[in-house]
Amino acid sequence: MLKAIFSILVFPGFLFLFIFSFVAEYVDRKLCARFQNRIGPPWFQPLADFIKLASKEEIIPLEADVTVFKLVPVFALTASIAAILYIPIGGERAAFSFNGDIIVVLYLLTIPTIAYFLGGWYSRSVYSMIGAVRSLTQLFAYEVPLFLCVLASALLADTWSLSEMANFYNHHPGYWFFNILGFAIALISLLGKLEKVPFDIPEAETEIVAGVFTEYGGRLLALLRTSLNIETVVGASLFTAVFLPFGFNLHHPAAIFLLYLVKVFSIIAVVTLLRSLFARLRLDQMINFCWKYLAPLALVQVVANLILKGILPR
Amino acid sequence: MHDPGEVKIPIGPQHPALKEPESFLISLHGEKITASSVRLGYNHRGIEKACEERTYIQDLYLIERICGICSHSHSTCFVQAVEEIAGLEIPTRARYIRTLISELERIHSHLLWLGVAGHEIGFDTLLMYTWRDREAVMDILALLSGNRVNYGINTIGGVRRDIKPEQKEKVLKAIDILEERTKYYIGLAQEESTILERLSKVGTVSRQDAERLGAVGPTARASGIERDVRKDDPYAAYAELDFKVITSDKCDVYGRTIVRLGELMESYSMVRQLIQKLPDGPITIKAPRKIPAGQAVSRYEAPRGEDFHYVRSNGTEKPDRVKVRAPTLANIQAVSKMLEDGYLADIPIVIAAIDPCFSCTDRLISLRDAEKQSKNVVTWESIRLKGIEWYKKQGIDFTILNKKLAESF
Repeated sequence: MLKAIFSILVFPGFLFLFIFSFVAEYVDRKLCARFQNRIGPPWFQPLADFIKLASKEEIIPLEADVTVFKLVPVFALTASIAAILYIPIGGERAAFSFNGDIIVVLYLLTIPTIAYFLGGWYSRSVYSMIGAVRSLTQLFAYEVPLFLCVLASALLADTWSLSEMANFYNHHPGYWFFNILGFAIALISLLGKLEKVPFDIPEAETEIVAGVFTEYGGRLLALLRTSLNIETVVGASLFTAVFLPFGFNLHHPAAIFLLYLVKVFSIIAVVTLLRSLFARLRLDQMINFCWKYLAPLALVQVVANLILKGILPR
Repeated sequence: MHDPGEVKIPIGPQHPALKEPESFLISLHGEKITASSVRLGYNHRGIEKACEERTYIQDLYLIERICGICSHSHSTCFVQAVEEIAGLEIPTRARYIRTLISELERIHSHLLWLGVAGHEIGFDTLLMYTWRDREAVMDILALLSGNRVNYGINTIGGVRRDIKPEQKEKVLKAIDILEERTKYYIGLAQEESTILERLSKVGTVSRQDAERLGAVGPTARASGIERDVRKDDPYAAYAELDFKVITSDKCDVYGRTIVRLGELMESYSMVRQLIQKLPDGPITIKAPRKIPAGQAVSRYEAPRGEDFHYVRSNGTEKPDRVKVRAPTLANIQAVSKMLEDGYLADIPIVIAAIDPCFSCTDRLISLRDAEKQSKNVVTWESIRLKGIEWYKKQGIDFTILNKKLAESF
């Protein structure tokens, strides 16, 4: 019981993610600034932004549904935090695991997007509503390839549990390499999930101000931003477990944890690189791209893994 | 009939895509634009009227502040009209310096536009890169004129600052850097797939439509119209320079990008020619304080298109009438056409593609009652009376003072 509370509140739950998300935001912003030939923010900037926002007045639009409007950031935040409990970080074992937790994690990671949709929709502002519809439309485009890729990796390991998957790949070194195509597709889908350029269509600043976040401010916006950052960290952690499951048998637990951090920051660095390389796509172009290229390629990965499963020694 | 799926979305007067207040009311069906309307007049500053109250020299500095980007364009256009009325022939060296500043201004304006266009399509890296490179030309302008914008180099009868030999070296060095960087951007615009996706076939306006709607500058040239005041009606030193008018038959935002990038390359070559050919001699001739009665029209190819000034003088030291038609006013008509059958996501880049400068454009305010939708024109006299009434209420009353003043004469 005590261990469970510790997991939820301290590690790998709330406190750890909270600090980790600030570091991740700093790394993302600093790297992006360097890629764009800027100096970038100092290390405490994400924390300073959080404190500033948290101390500001909370303004809720008259026409908005107050309950939903206030609950949305909390929903988004808790769903992301809950997901990390089933993802193995710093070793083969997650804090909790059962057969089928892959599905739970994937759906927990979908909840923030649904929450943003609700928040935008009940803000009752045109910009928010268009942003809400866009984020939901985009969800249907990137979700399928993302799920297929994670599924492909699970198929090869023949399990529905993330911890067992990590265990399988650890005992069959080199097998993770067969999922490299899936990893690439999943990374691109992750850009859509995290609403980053070229898929930042739901919050396209020059078109619809801030999309679903337009009417949010103060504490609620601080929570929303943190939930987006935590989503980044959790998404990257999921990828380390699914697509980069190696190095779990190092001697020291600290070394394993360090390797995990290196993997997460590498994924964040790749995401940042991609987001500073492209222009924002239009919604129809994005959906075309996902269904025309990403989804078929993800299917190729699934079929390939089904065949590999029969050929490779277990 | 009311379409249940229709959403009306306001772009402006306050919106992140617009750098100046202007209102576009867009009707959307899903992501598709079904109708659009433009409303001007949020940034009227009454500069034309104010010009009538000031001397020609004072007007020069006021006119320069019509626009923050093409400040030299407006001041040159105005000063050319005044010189024509006064019958002044300015020295060749002055003409060359004016042209040099105007081409440097075009370089800084087009680089600024490229960055803004990048930002509008969510490509912030391009914004950061171009604006970093733009600093090179800003430094040169500061070196030559003392200011980054609002150069204050023109005066009636010539220019106020000379160019020293060591300054020439620095200009040429900066131009070399900028040329190399611009070649990189041209390559980027031709190869980067997301840029091509976002700019091609967006905001199209055919050659016929562009001509019918009176588009000017890069907007017209991107629709295949070879229209450039520098070639058609050469002013300053343009008749002695060798340059091409860049056109494109793409008719879309991509064409406008290519035209502007091509013009940058032409400007670099022009700056080199100007530096090389710069003749010796005086930079100014004496101009009379009172300009003889008459009227003149002056045209100038600003970075955004043809700038047009009309000046009428009545023999005093103040002009009788000054009329400014900024290039954006000519191009804004085409925007509604460009937005037809477009997507919501294309609105910012389509508006940005004409390189709008709304505060230069606004020539009047029409006050509209939001509830009654009635229009109401306010005359100069009624504004004056309203001002007097308003100050009376604050306890400031000049009527007695004015009466005493009138009696003492």
